[in-house]
Amino acid sequence: MANNDKAKGAVVASQVDSSIELGTAVVGPEEFTNPGLPPHRQRITDVDPKRMKRAERIVFTLFYASILGSVFAVFAYMYFPIEDGDTTSVRLNTLFIGLGIAFALLAIGIAAVHWGKAVMADHEGVDHRHPTRGSDETRARAVEIFQEANEESGFSRRTLIRNGLIGALVAFPLPAIALFRGLAPMNEDPNNLMKHTMWKKGSRLAHDPTGVPIKVSDLTIGSAFQVIPEDLVDLPEHEKLDAKAKAAVLLVRLKPEDLKWSSAERESWSYQGIVAYSKICTHVGCPVALYEQQTHHLLCPCHQSQFDISNESAVIFGPAARPLPQLPIYVDDEGYLRAQSDFTEPVGPSFWERTK
Amino acid sequence: MFIRKNKMNSSRTGRRKPIVSAALLAIGLSLTGGIYAAFTATTASAEVDLKSPQVIEEGSKLFAANCATCHGQQAQGTKNGPSLIGVGAAAVDFQVGTGRMPMEANSAQAPVKPVEFKDEQVKALAAYVASLAPGPSIPSQSQLTGGNVAAGGELFRINCAMCHNVAGAGGALTEGKYAPELKNVSAVHIYEAMLTGPQNMPVFNDLNLTPSDKKDIIAYLEYNKSHPSPGGIELSSLGPVSEGLFIWIIGLGAIVGFTIWITAKSN
Repeated sequence: MANNDKAKGAVVASQVDSSIELGTAVVGPEEFTNPGLPPHRQRITDVDPKRMKRAERIVFTLFYASILGSVFAVFAYMYFPIEDGDTTSVRLNTLFIGLGIAFALLAIGIAAVHWGKAVMADHEGVDHRHPTRGSDETRARAVEIFQEANEESGFSRRTLIRNGLIGALVAFPLPAIALFRGLAPMNEDPNNLMKHTMWKKGSRLAHDPTGVPIKVSDLTIGSAFQVIPEDLVDLPEHEKLDAKAKAAVLLVRLKPEDLKWSSAERESWSYQGIVAYSKICTHVGCPVALYEQQTHHLLCPCHQSQFDISNESAVIFGPAARPLPQLPIYVDDEGYLRAQSDFTEPVGPSFWERTK
Repeated sequence: MFIRKNKMNSSRTGRRKPIVSAALLAIGLSLTGGIYAAFTATTASAEVDLKSPQVIEEGSKLFAANCATCHGQQAQGTKNGPSLIGVGAAAVDFQVGTGRMPMEANSAQAPVKPVEFKDEQVKALAAYVASLAPGPSIPSQSQLTGGNVAAGGELFRINCAMCHNVAGAGGALTEGKYAPELKNVSAVHIYEAMLTGPQNMPVFNDLNLTPSDKKDIIAYLEYNKSHPSPGGIELSSLGPVSEGLFIWIIGLGAIVGFTIWITAKSN
């Protein structure tokens, strides 16, 4: 029996060989002989009628179970309604409807696959692949059709029409470009927008989110304040977030002797150990505010860049390319902290025109 | 037989099998969790008069025996430990009351561990340190309750969430340090931590976060504790880390399993 099968397989294989073009396949000199098709292996459901019955049972049971799942989803919709203001009811509603629908679909899928694999007839068949090249007549006819179409439409003869069509197709996407340009800032130079924040000479440093101005006496050693410009709270809501995304500042107080400065001018940007740094990471602009009071390290949670606040916020680890920009501050007569100016360099990540 | 021998050899080389490491890790984690829960249960505050000379005297003895090695005989600080002059009762109650002090080893992070002192002893130590110089005192019960949850949530997201995670699940800092999770911390310890800035946490004095702001933040954390996540299983509230791990291993694993089953020949 098995031998017979093998012989059959060999016959099939040799037929396959003669009728299939090898195409571009590389055939090495030590080419394997075609082993032919493996002998047919009977499934347990083919041999054992009891197992076949069982497989059949599994398949129809799954189909009926799927019906139950669908009905369950409908009942879940009725019995777990979404109550106003109760978030837990949303969870139960979506959970049980989802479970019902998922079970219904999954049961159909599993039943169909099991049906195909275990119950449907199982035999190997050979479908020969057709050559992809059309016959010479078909190809000649196709060329003829093109020529006829060209002739009848006058595509190459009536050049005005043809050029008009090409021109129209080229012009068609232009409105899209104009519309996309409209998404960018229109009346302001984006380059300029990225280089400046709303800090200006005399802006008071204020608490985020209340906008209450901060006095120098509010800061004890080791304090960390999340700071916005005082006038930020007066902006309309949509402008507020844009402005805050650039102007957010971290204000900390260290012992003055812990701070290292590269120049006296730079030192004058601080006040008795109080320093203000941009909170926008110079890598890709995440808010950097994980301040460690004893090590004076500032950690960016996105990509682990670390800045040393005690050393002009130099980068000591991670992908950030530049120190965080420092906001120069001074104290006015009433003891409020104010900005000497805007940041002296653009805050946040690099952009093409940053240094121009 | 041979396989047996090889196995024994490999265990003798001292390398643990992965399952053993995983089991050890699980045991360690559940132990720390259990201990943590146990200590938070024991920090019910007893009424101790922090101004009484006997209490201060008892605290002074405890200090000399347990703290002076690092912090100095007069709490003036040594090169192994900072000065405690002016840190106040709140700092002592937090550090000793959560088991962070006395430290096991001089390391960057002072981890939470079982509290070594009875509650009266913690208060006595606090009374002694508070008697050295004025400093923040232990908040009263009325300072801890009745805050505004919504306002507290906003303040928490602005001032705390970057280190402690928006759900208070904690997070990593630099060089092995971490911000602890806040779910099992008592209200009084949260208040004291904000007030004193323990270890690497910045100080949030009463001019930065007013007493009412602090009350709001505590209300937000309490609300988080008592309200289950409406989104279902929280997966430790770690966000994309645990959620990603779940979907990549369980979700994708299931899809791969189904694919293998669909293409496998029937038996």
